[in-house]
Amino acid sequence: MKTAEKSQLMSATEIDRTLQRLAHEIVEKSGGADDLILVGIRRRGVPLAQRLAGVIRGFSGRNVPVGSLDITLYRDDLSTIAPQPVVHASEIPFGVDGKVLILIDDVLYTGRTIRAAMNGLFDLGRPRRIQLCVLIDRGHRELPIEATFVGRNVQTSDREIIEVRVNEIDKEERVMLVERVD
Amino acid sequence: MPLGFHDLLGIQPLTAAQIEFILDQSKPFQKFNAQPLKKLATLRGRTVVLAFFEASTRTRVSFATAAARLGADAMNLQAEASSLRKGESLLDTVATLDAMKPDLFVMRHSSAGAPQMVADYLEIPVINAGDGCHEHPTQGLLDALTIRDRKGRLDLNVTILGDILHSRVARSNINLLTKFGARITLCGPAMWLPKEMEQLGPNIRREPDLARALEDADVVLVLRVQKERQHEPPLPMEDYILHYQLTPARLKLARPDAIVLHPGPMNRGLEIDPEVADGPQSVVLEQVTNGLAVRMALLFLMLGGAAAVDAPAILSDAAHG
Repeated sequence: MKTAEKSQLMSATEIDRTLQRLAHEIVEKSGGADDLILVGIRRRGVPLAQRLAGVIRGFSGRNVPVGSLDITLYRDDLSTIAPQPVVHASEIPFGVDGKVLILIDDVLYTGRTIRAAMNGLFDLGRPRRIQLCVLIDRGHRELPIEATFVGRNVQTSDREIIEVRVNEIDKEERVMLVERVD
Repeated sequence: MPLGFHDLLGIQPLTAAQIEFILDQSKPFQKFNAQPLKKLATLRGRTVVLAFFEASTRTRVSFATAAARLGADAMNLQAEASSLRKGESLLDTVATLDAMKPDLFVMRHSSAGAPQMVADYLEIPVINAGDGCHEHPTQGLLDALTIRDRKGRLDLNVTILGDILHSRVARSNINLLTKFGARITLCGPAMWLPKEMEQLGPNIRREPDLARALEDADVVLVLRVQKERQHEPPLPMEDYILHYQLTPARLKLARPDAIVLHPGPMNRGLEIDPEVADGPQSVVLEQVTNGLAVRMALLFLMLGGAAAVDAPAILSDAAHG
């Protein structure tokens, strides 16, 4: 698939500022950081979750547990994404029962990833509440799923793709709007 | 990297990279199997045939459980209760099962090469769950996973003890471990130690003396004495116990951190002393746990992708959900 960059949606500074705001919102709306746990969806949700936990530690002094969730086994489109699926381990080395669990992903689009992620979480236990935090909400939902915490809403066409690039994975830090070129 | 094969008939044709990929893909399933809820829908709607033309308990239960946890259905055929008893040919039986449109065929047969023949006939993937004295690839993989988990590597001193001649487990282990630089010592009564086994790979030696065979061993793989497979004049069991039973005293001759594997079912008091079987160096139950993870990984890898349903491959990492 060929793509062409159209514009930059967020710089490194804007990403950082957005995460600061989201971290405050999460703690505020959850009535403190006590029962809070953060679970990032592989791959780019994971570094975002770690950074949010860092921000929360900075202003509240609380260490919020961070896990990572691989949704491969829960996808509904496994047979169309790749000739050879590859599964990765989820790392959630703490109990989720009774916790306020914040699910973190980079982009919210059809909602199918979140549906898959919630199925994966239910196999681990019964959180008291699950809320969703995304850096970008680009619309085009195919399921009745909405995020509680949104970094930025972006209007997109379905030919466009949002690429969140983070230092930990992409060696650069910005959010790009790109378009498919056929 | 892709799996790179359609059927899993043996370890021998695989590369070290393919084996490592399967072992790595088994790790998430080990974790999954430790979760409180162990039911996925990943392979929902897929059907796996479990055709065991030879008796099996643990391998069949392991494959059936692997299929169930991934959400696939299993079609069971047991030779004792099948039409084979009524004289139906193997390929007729296979054709009948295939007419019910399964997606993958797991089979065990007492004749070496039978899974190859079935794989040549069928379009769906075939997994060999043991064929005669030839190979038992999933056992080789689960043993390797167990050793790698405990030792961190596979280029070790491995002593295989028992009826090497009739053992498909030994062949799959030798084929696998020699690809990773292991040094293999085969030990057992001379009539069960065929010279040809030394040709299976580099660094394989035969040593009929158990004390010498255990020296410096990191891993001891004890084989089951297969009473049902002995066509030759039988070996007196008292002699076998006297010279080859793995006892606590003999195990002390291996490295202090050596681990003991056994593919099961164990003849306690014959090839292995119960004290060793239940002792701190035994990893027998880990093998069973790992067998499930390896088989889940294989079913997932062989059935989970677009290749398995001939769908167009649209690889789009950027297509966020």
